[in-house]
Amino acid sequence: MVDRLSVYLDPNLAQLIVAVVAASVLVGFVALSAVFFIWLERKVSGRIQDRLGPTRVGGKFGWLQTIADGVKLLIKEDTIPASADQVLFRVSVYIAFCGSFLAFLALPFGNNVVALNLNIAVFFILAAMSTEVFGIILAGYGSGSKWSLFGGMREAAQMVSYEVPRAICVIIPVIVAGTMNLTTIGQQQMGGFWNWYLFHDPFTFGAFWVFFTCATASCKRAPFDLAEAESELVAGFHTEFSGLRWSFFFMAEYGSMFAVSGIATLLFLGGWHTGFVGFELSDWLYGVSGGQTWLWVVGNAINVLVFIIKGWFLVFVMIWVRWTLPRLRIDQVMMTCLRYLLPLSCVLLVGVTAWQLAAMQWEWLDYTRFVLGILCLVLLIWMIVKAIQSFGTTPTEMMPGAWRARQPSAPAVAGKF
Amino acid sequence: MDLQTFLFWTVAIVTGLSAIAVVVTQNIVRSAAWLLVTLGGTAGVYFLLGADFVGATQLIIYVGGILILVVFGVMLTAQGPFISMKVGAAEWAIAMVVGIVLFVVLATTTMSATWPTTTEARMNNPETSMNSATLAGAFLGLREVTPKARMPIPPGDVPVVPMRTPVAYLLPFEIVSVHLLVVLIGAAYLARAKRRRGTVA
Amino acid sequence: MTPNPDGALTGYLLLGALLFVCGAVCMAMKRNAIGVLMGVELVLNGANVNFVAFARYNPTFEVEGQIFALFVIVMAAAEAAVALAIVLNFYNNHMTVDVDTAEELKG
Repeated sequence: MVDRLSVYLDPNLAQLIVAVVAASVLVGFVALSAVFFIWLERKVSGRIQDRLGPTRVGGKFGWLQTIADGVKLLIKEDTIPASADQVLFRVSVYIAFCGSFLAFLALPFGNNVVALNLNIAVFFILAAMSTEVFGIILAGYGSGSKWSLFGGMREAAQMVSYEVPRAICVIIPVIVAGTMNLTTIGQQQMGGFWNWYLFHDPFTFGAFWVFFTCATASCKRAPFDLAEAESELVAGFHTEFSGLRWSFFFMAEYGSMFAVSGIATLLFLGGWHTGFVGFELSDWLYGVSGGQTWLWVVGNAINVLVFIIKGWFLVFVMIWVRWTLPRLRIDQVMMTCLRYLLPLSCVLLVGVTAWQLAAMQWEWLDYTRFVLGILCLVLLIWMIVKAIQSFGTTPTEMMPGAWRARQPSAPAVAGKF
Repeated sequence: MDLQTFLFWTVAIVTGLSAIAVVVTQNIVRSAAWLLVTLGGTAGVYFLLGADFVGATQLIIYVGGILILVVFGVMLTAQGPFISMKVGAAEWAIAMVVGIVLFVVLATTTMSATWPTTTEARMNNPETSMNSATLAGAFLGLREVTPKARMPIPPGDVPVVPMRTPVAYLLPFEIVSVHLLVVLIGAAYLARAKRRRGTVA
Repeated sequence: MTPNPDGALTGYLLLGALLFVCGAVCMAMKRNAIGVLMGVELVLNGANVNFVAFARYNPTFEVEGQIFALFVIVMAAAEAAVALAIVLNFYNNHMTVDVDTAEELKG
């Protein structure tokens, strides 16, 4: 695209304009995603807690609730504690924000639909997200309050510790793929859903779950969010931040949630591929129509849409887990990383290396992905059927144990669920 | 001025000013924050020089590792009067003079030397440019260099054609990794929480 | 003094020299032991910038510059960890990190 523009303009200016446009599109997308996620979080948390969530602002489903929240945050008073370090308090927000958003530079949304096609894309994304920790530390220290300092240091220790098993779990599909270029990894998972690296062998299957856990922990989401729990540390490192500053931290958090979901999608879930068609959609549409550019654009748009839906689904799972599981204590958080996830990821790494070597000897190991893929599909269909079946029954019929014991004394409230 | 020069000047000015700020700032935590900007700027310099892998390694290890370690150290030892330690004016003057003299010496040496430079054609060719594939090949032994050492002249006094020998940097990498592991275990043992016996005179 | 025909390399080398000098002055001037450690990091970064700049611009010193820069980064991590452990032990024993008070071996 730079070359096309430089026909009209000075090449340096063309490059600058393309860079600014790409950056604006990325920032706009992440901001839009954050708006969607905040609404999603409130709706999902409401439903899980047996209430409705926002229903008033913007129609029956409260679509504009996030806008109202944003307006409220904008007009809030910007208080800075007197004992806060004035410069560090203000700057820390932007460091966290930049660290989170820098990761999107190398994240492909479709086939070559990427701002910067780095050969070491995965490594760069991990590196960019690791700079967010410093913003947290400075925010905790710069607030000038004990709770913020404790929260900030705990957060920093947690995030830094979970980076290690997260990086090891990222190496596992990179070993299978043979490249760190996320576009190439996505292209390798073309075709049916059994080509996804999730189903490639049992070790990458385990790696996905371990990666997702480590990613949730390093985004400081529940159940690993002790450092920002109200009952523990008021709000941790962002206690003293109000209004727009707090919303920047929030956007950084949702940004990194989408970034790790994007990495998980590309590395394990087939990226932009639907998993049902056996070819690359944009190229097929371009080829079968005899070179129509607009169909190529449509194909790329479908790819981007599939990728975004997969990323949003993983974020939805993170939100779901947050409102379902209880919080872990800080020592439990650190022990989960050091005693369970880190050895587990090392075992998976050794396993996948051995598997790759064994697959060169025994060719039949390649068919494991079909077995795993079909098994997972069957499991998914069974879960959906069970979930649909449970809609017509009341909780007293579904849950044994405590409910059944109370049945003789209290009349069961028979009603539609 | 083209984009490359403009970007270089931006990144260089940011890095240079923040490096000076690290020296000048009295508050140790703010000094660490300026060091963050310096290290981030250095990572930017690496990306400008086309060394993607080194730039990402700088971010992940220096910013996301060493700097966190330094800041944890600052937090553990920063108690009131130790956050800002004043330095006397005489020491300031001497340090500034020595620093400026050293910089002038280095700068004049740099600017008066002529170095051979790589042409753009060589950089644009993916075979000979220094992308991460070349880096990986160098680690694995797929890279060949021409040694500069003098080869022994054979008895026939025929001029020797410089040979290409393969080099592999994987062994030093492994040694460095094991070294890092051992050092970190040792440092963790050294810095373990011991029972405080009070001030030892 | 013949100037360098390629100004870009000189620019990077000057930046490396500036980082080095700042680090050296920081090491000499700071009273806080962790400030000295920050000076060491600046020195190493200055040297690394030189390495990578030569790797890019010098035809005979190609990718080895980047490899050496990688080694320097890893070694710097190891050295920072040890230095910090020493500083923490010093703090535990003396209740201060002021390097001017470390004069027990003096004389």
